[in-house]
Amino acid sequence: MGMNNKTKSRLAGLALMAWSGMALAAWEFDFQTPATKAAQTVIDLHDLMMIIIFVIFIAVFAVMFYSVFAHRKSKGHPAAQFHDNTLVEIAWTVIPLLILVAMAWPATKAVLNMRDTSQADITIKATGYQWKWGYDYLKGEGEGIRFLSLTSTPAEQIRGTAPKGGNYLLETDRHVVVPVGKKIRVLTTATDVIHSWWVPALAVKQDAIPGYVRDTWFKAEKEGIYRGQCAELCGKDHAYMPVVVEVVSAEKYTKWVEEQKKQMAAAADEGGKTYSMDELKSRGEKVYAANCVACHQANGKGLPPAFPALDGSKIAKGPKADHIAIVLHGKPNTAMAAFGGQLGDGDIAAVVTYERNAWGNKTGDVVQPADIKAARK
Amino acid sequence: MEATHAHGAGHAHGDDHSHRPKGIMRWITTTNHKDIGTMYLWFSFAMFMVGGAMALIIRAELFQPGLQYVEPEFFNQMITLHGLIMVFGAIMPAFVGFANWMIPMMIGAPDMAFARMNNWSFWLLPPAGILLTASMFVPGGAAGTGWTLYPPLSIQMGIGMDMAIFAVHILGMSSIMGSINIVTTILNLRAPGMPLMRMPMFCWTWLITGYLLIAVMPVLAGAVTMILTDRHFGTSFFNAAGGGDPVLFQHIFWFFGHPEVYIIALPAFGVVSHVIPAFARKPIFGYTSMVYAIASIALISFIVWAHHMYVVGMPVAGQLYFMYATILIAVPTGVKVFNWVATMWRGSMTFETPMLFALGFLFLFTIGGFTGLVLSNTAVDVQLQDTYYVVAHFHYVMVAGALFSAFAAVYYWLPKWTGHMYDETLGQWHFWTSIVSFNIAFFPQHFLGLAGMPRRIPDYALQFTDFNQVSTVGAFGFGLSQLLFLYVVLKAIRGGEKAPAKPWEGATGLEWTLPSPPPYHSFEEPPVLTETKGHA
Repeated sequence: MGMNNKTKSRLAGLALMAWSGMALAAWEFDFQTPATKAAQTVIDLHDLMMIIIFVIFIAVFAVMFYSVFAHRKSKGHPAAQFHDNTLVEIAWTVIPLLILVAMAWPATKAVLNMRDTSQADITIKATGYQWKWGYDYLKGEGEGIRFLSLTSTPAEQIRGTAPKGGNYLLETDRHVVVPVGKKIRVLTTATDVIHSWWVPALAVKQDAIPGYVRDTWFKAEKEGIYRGQCAELCGKDHAYMPVVVEVVSAEKYTKWVEEQKKQMAAAADEGGKTYSMDELKSRGEKVYAANCVACHQANGKGLPPAFPALDGSKIAKGPKADHIAIVLHGKPNTAMAAFGGQLGDGDIAAVVTYERNAWGNKTGDVVQPADIKAARK
Repeated sequence: MEATHAHGAGHAHGDDHSHRPKGIMRWITTTNHKDIGTMYLWFSFAMFMVGGAMALIIRAELFQPGLQYVEPEFFNQMITLHGLIMVFGAIMPAFVGFANWMIPMMIGAPDMAFARMNNWSFWLLPPAGILLTASMFVPGGAAGTGWTLYPPLSIQMGIGMDMAIFAVHILGMSSIMGSINIVTTILNLRAPGMPLMRMPMFCWTWLITGYLLIAVMPVLAGAVTMILTDRHFGTSFFNAAGGGDPVLFQHIFWFFGHPEVYIIALPAFGVVSHVIPAFARKPIFGYTSMVYAIASIALISFIVWAHHMYVVGMPVAGQLYFMYATILIAVPTGVKVFNWVATMWRGSMTFETPMLFALGFLFLFTIGGFTGLVLSNTAVDVQLQDTYYVVAHFHYVMVAGALFSAFAAVYYWLPKWTGHMYDETLGQWHFWTSIVSFNIAFFPQHFLGLAGMPRRIPDYALQFTDFNQVSTVGAFGFGLSQLLFLYVVLKAIRGGEKAPAKPWEGATGLEWTLPSPPPYHSFEEPPVLTETKGHA
């Protein structure tokens, strides 16, 4: 027949995936499938507590509902007048206490394990920005890799003008790639407000606090892509800063590290290059779309008064140096972040050029990477 | 305790009535505990409607993934105002209203101890409520930080944040004055022959709540003042760049915030401790252990605050300590639940609306307590912190707990206040529609949290759609049910079957010795208490 076995099994596989995908998409009522031992421990602890709770709940309310049905006036039940029983009262104080101690014991072991971040194979710093995550591979294989990870869900899907994809809101342009079976220590911090780095399948949630560094760890047992979100309200686009961790084999990880190093070497040292206005503007438009558009909007009108307009603004039409300074260093006590630490000279030069020449801003100014490099000093 | 006293049908109160201003000035200048109690209750209901409308905006947006009706920044303002208004504007004033109405009548006093301050504590509330609500309409809108107002996010906000801070200051002043008044009234104005350990349970819960409020409201006021100076006067309490720490705010806030949970819950316990014995026609079981349980809950509530902060990265010893202390609260709370069940045991029960709400309270509050136990486990909480599981948990405690208890209180005391019986059939309809729609709205949120849906988001991943839709349907049902409540209350105020002095067969206490409605000044001369079995 026209369909060979391979195609058939592929089709069957697709059907199965679609079915399980649908099953997954609907009526999710329990923890996500665990990918670490810690996540399994959480589920076991939760289940143990639920069993104890369920038994107590049934016992207490069986008594109550029996009483509600049997001891009612309409059935002619006379009211007893007892109002104390010391023995019973001591019993129902002490027994719950013992049950609680029994519950606290395994919980203590789990907490001690969760907080032991020593002897990590790889250390990655996750920095929360409004509203994206930045990653720096600080120690172990891959040391020196750094990148920003932004949501890749298109605005049309959010606004309902395009059908929503399967990983709606849980997808990013760059994944945090880590090797399977290695202890990964994650340092969290932030530059603006408090965020929280959370991946449910890994049972990792750690607040990212501006000015402070906290840590947590995970060791993924299975390869795969694990999706999470920022868990601490961090302003307007709190719902739109996902975390995606991709766990790969050791070999794949080594290959990924090599690729990253090559790309970073190519991107480095842009300071000496000069670009044309058009090159800078088209690159700047992309940088703007990734980093600026959430607040200042695609049309440059912003969302005043919290997020001012750039179209016609004093900064974007004023002296270049002031414009560069605010992009590099941000504006204290506002949502305007310091992009100096996030973006390279080339990207900042491009976005400043774009902002000075987009919409109604026709300054004609061209800002080169060398200008940024100089301004950083 | 039974009382004999001089209140008869011909009780002369004409002197008070003739001095009273008429119309609006009566309400503005009143120093009468009943008038002030009534104003507290209506204010609370108005805020309940405003906060409820905000909840429905939130639920409407969450009916589907994607952004449909509101922008994310407005959504954040809604969750903030919904929280602040419901906690400070609806639930707390409701219980202060009950305290004003009932405590003088329960202890045989003519009025509250500080009648003029009582007027002032109430009249501080409307400006605060207006400030909070109006902050939606200023440039930049209301604070979009959640009711917890965490910096540095709260530092970024516009003038709406300053209005919220000022509102919190005013609400705090009102609460402190209200509680000083209640504490003094309970300690000083009890009728002769009513020792503390024999006073009604509602008075006990309010005595302890009063102390909790006096202890923690200044702490909250300090916390928001520090935000104010960080925002405008260059201090750096919560700014690491200036040597401060954002987490410091969370410690201060939750040092207020956890006792606040019991400030709301304890008077609710008090109401239920009156309603259940009345309809079981049997004295409350374990009065003494109830009092000790309330006191221990209040004490422990001061030393568990950081269980709201398990993921901020505190030392592991801190996490363990706060876990153990939190687990400990389950013991006195369990004692209370067991006592209520034992009160019903071998009683002679009937199920009028107040009893139904008290049973609904008991059943659902226990669920909220149990999920609290799950959350107290630090390892499990790491998965559940800041998810819908937490939202479900505290709505079981706050709505099915405090609000249901407030409904029980209104139905229980409405005949006393108005002199008319409410419509029992409609009251029971209100109960059943409320409890069913409440569970449809909030039970699925446990599942959403377990499956990994963060709270405070206007938009969510597709796998959370089904339970969100169920939840939204339930929320609208719950909102509509409350219009029925308003109708029942208005109907009872306007007329209805005449209520006797003691409309409930099993009710005990001095308040039921007064006619319904009671005279303008409750007890002009202290009633004479004669000792009988049981407690007041």
